[in-house]
Amino acid sequence: MSAVPAVERWGATPSRLLRADHGPLPRLGRAALLAEIEASGLTGRGGAAFPTAVKLAAVARVGNAVVVANGTEGEPASWKDKVLLDSNPHLAIDGAVVAARIVGARRVTFAVGRANRAVLKRLQRALAERSDGLDVVVETVPDRFVAGEESALLNRLNGGLAKPTMRKPYEHGVLVQNVETLANLGLIARYGAGWFRQRGTAYEPGTVLVTVHGAVRNPGVLEVDLGMPIREMLQRFGGLTAFPHAVLVGGYFGTWVRAHDVLDLPLTNTALAPVGASLGARTLVVLPQGACGLAESARVARYLAAESAGQCGPCVFGLPAMADALEMLDLDRLRRLAPQVSGRGACAHPTGATRFVASAVDVFSDEIERHRAGRCSGAAHPPVLPLGASREWR
Amino acid sequence: MEMTMKLRVNPILCDGYGHCAELLPEVVDLDEWGYPLIDKKPLGRRLEPAARRAVAMCPRLALSLEGGGR
Repeated sequence: MSAVPAVERWGATPSRLLRADHGPLPRLGRAALLAEIEASGLTGRGGAAFPTAVKLAAVARVGNAVVVANGTEGEPASWKDKVLLDSNPHLAIDGAVVAARIVGARRVTFAVGRANRAVLKRLQRALAERSDGLDVVVETVPDRFVAGEESALLNRLNGGLAKPTMRKPYEHGVLVQNVETLANLGLIARYGAGWFRQRGTAYEPGTVLVTVHGAVRNPGVLEVDLGMPIREMLQRFGGLTAFPHAVLVGGYFGTWVRAHDVLDLPLTNTALAPVGASLGARTLVVLPQGACGLAESARVARYLAAESAGQCGPCVFGLPAMADALEMLDLDRLRRLAPQVSGRGACAHPTGATRFVASAVDVFSDEIERHRAGRCSGAAHPPVLPLGASREWR
Repeated sequence: MEMTMKLRVNPILCDGYGHCAELLPEVVDLDEWGYPLIDKKPLGRRLEPAARRAVAMCPRLALSLEGGGR
């Protein structure tokens, strides 16, 4: 393996993923690459945290493979893939080249959201600057919440709507891999598994891109080590600007956790599991005291209902019913709805939305009492959680 | 072998006709919108003929029997 790069400071964290000077990609065979990735313990950075080597091996077995680099990032609260592609597109492309070599693909499709023209331009320019002997194209997809789900993305790239199907892409020789996962492949191919494991924890190795907003001085995207205490991580974002009431961990399929239950935990799925949370694509929103978590969650629940692809009955009917019940503070109704909605879609959308709403009811129980008494602790506060606006499916 | 069979619904195809709940009430319940909630336990030999009938009678061909012999 090549020499380890000199340490650079990025937001006071030595960066791997967001620095561009990694030098040429070594020529390694597919078996050597796959062994190194397996030894690295890299997991998918798009949110599902599936072991990357297992997915690569599964697609390689099918043959006739293609690679889809997933930079769609339809979650409006997450910016990390846009920042990665904008600041360091070549590392993500390197990773796509590595992935193509492993699965035996001749064709790579980069998929990005349509709204962010800067990311698209930067990616196209980067591709024009190099020649990898592969057929590489860039496609744009509508900026909708479920459009980046693997089967939805594949459906759109095949000319259909950006809606989920029952097909599992990896069973059909299509490797859909998040662009941050690919960037890590570009690093592991150069420096090896041992180097990769120098950061992060033994069970959850490596660094990750994290999007933080809400009550921090410098909201945005930074690269941090898995396992860093969340309180220390928030210091990298300039520290807190208000007393934190709760933290949304893992975006809109994630969970609200009371601030005092989460701030001293390390940033790993292992540590977050006991408080009912997981990292997802590592979007964290710090809700300041003075904002209303209930009103914020009701807005997001309504948005998630509108983002249903409209295909599966329990999602079509269940999510609007859930948004209604949350607005009306009908907790009995929410309890009856949850088992009728969760786990009952072709994709994880109804499941994720149910989890999000259930955690809001749990964490903001005091706010529910306040609302029943006709008050709201955030009536004057501007919205904290961003929503998407696209209405297109192609 | 048949003991391990499970009834599955493709939620994209299903339009909530509800025939499956009439043909196989031991396994299929309907949610409040009329979509099937299917018992996750393996079917067992006794229910398999009724399950096959439910699969065949679904107007949307949304049901399948899976897992037999594996």
